[in-house]
Amino acid sequence: MSLQEFFAMGGYGLYVWTSYGLTFVVLLANIIIPVIQRKQFFVNALKKKR
Amino acid sequence: MLLTAAGLYGGLYLAPADYQQGDSYRIIYIHVPSAWMSLFIYMVMAIAGAIGLIWRIKLAEIVAISSAPIGASFTFIALFTGSLWGKPMWGTWWVWDARLTSELILLFLYLGVIGLYGAIDDKRVASKAVAILALVGVVNIPVIHYSVEWWNTLHQGPTVTKMDKPSIHVSMLIPLLLMALSFKLYYLIALIQRVRVELLQRERNSQWVKAMVLENKQ
Repeated sequence: MSLQEFFAMGGYGLYVWTSYGLTFVVLLANIIIPVIQRKQFFVNALKKKR
Repeated sequence: MLLTAAGLYGGLYLAPADYQQGDSYRIIYIHVPSAWMSLFIYMVMAIAGAIGLIWRIKLAEIVAISSAPIGASFTFIALFTGSLWGKPMWGTWWVWDARLTSELILLFLYLGVIGLYGAIDDKRVASKAVAILALVGVVNIPVIHYSVEWWNTLHQGPTVTKMDKPSIHVSMLIPLLLMALSFKLYYLIALIQRVRVELLQRERNSQWVKAMVLENKQ
């Protein structure tokens, strides 16, 4: 199987890769958002202190 | 440790994705585990909510509310990928099938929990309200699970959780179970991240949080 065939997914490439792409983005966001929020929390807390 | 977990997750996650070459059915590897997770996380949320209600354990309240956005994400993924799978296979993005409708209700339950929690300023009161809403919504869980057996509509019946042999070939079942496992691990990681933030915000006036801020330890 060539790389091109792999991406084509037997003609369903658009559906398959959109699904995987969206899943990846959503799952990644669920990790990044709390990390940013935590950083933000410390920044804000330090500001209040001064 | 986080890196190890992420590495394990990556291995579990990426390997099966490359494993089965195929057609549109490959969406199954995210669609089905996401749907399982949407139910599993809901049960975690409801149980943690109940524990918070009964024993007033703060951490249980935090686990419950921190689960909601992750559960909502998995529900959204299950619906979205189902739609992308339904278009080429069923010829439609959406039907008001029992399985699809009850899963959509699940999404609204999650969103309701998040909205309700955000609307109440006192987070301990908010946790109580959210736990009650989550517990009421539990009736939807068996409805989703058995919907394909009770109502014979477009969505296919169960292929894995049958009492006799699963009617899915083992070469497809293994990556599916690996994906399910990796989603579980992912949930744990995402949950811990959210719990940390929620805990800090709730305890922002406590001594240990103040000490952490001063040390700027993240």
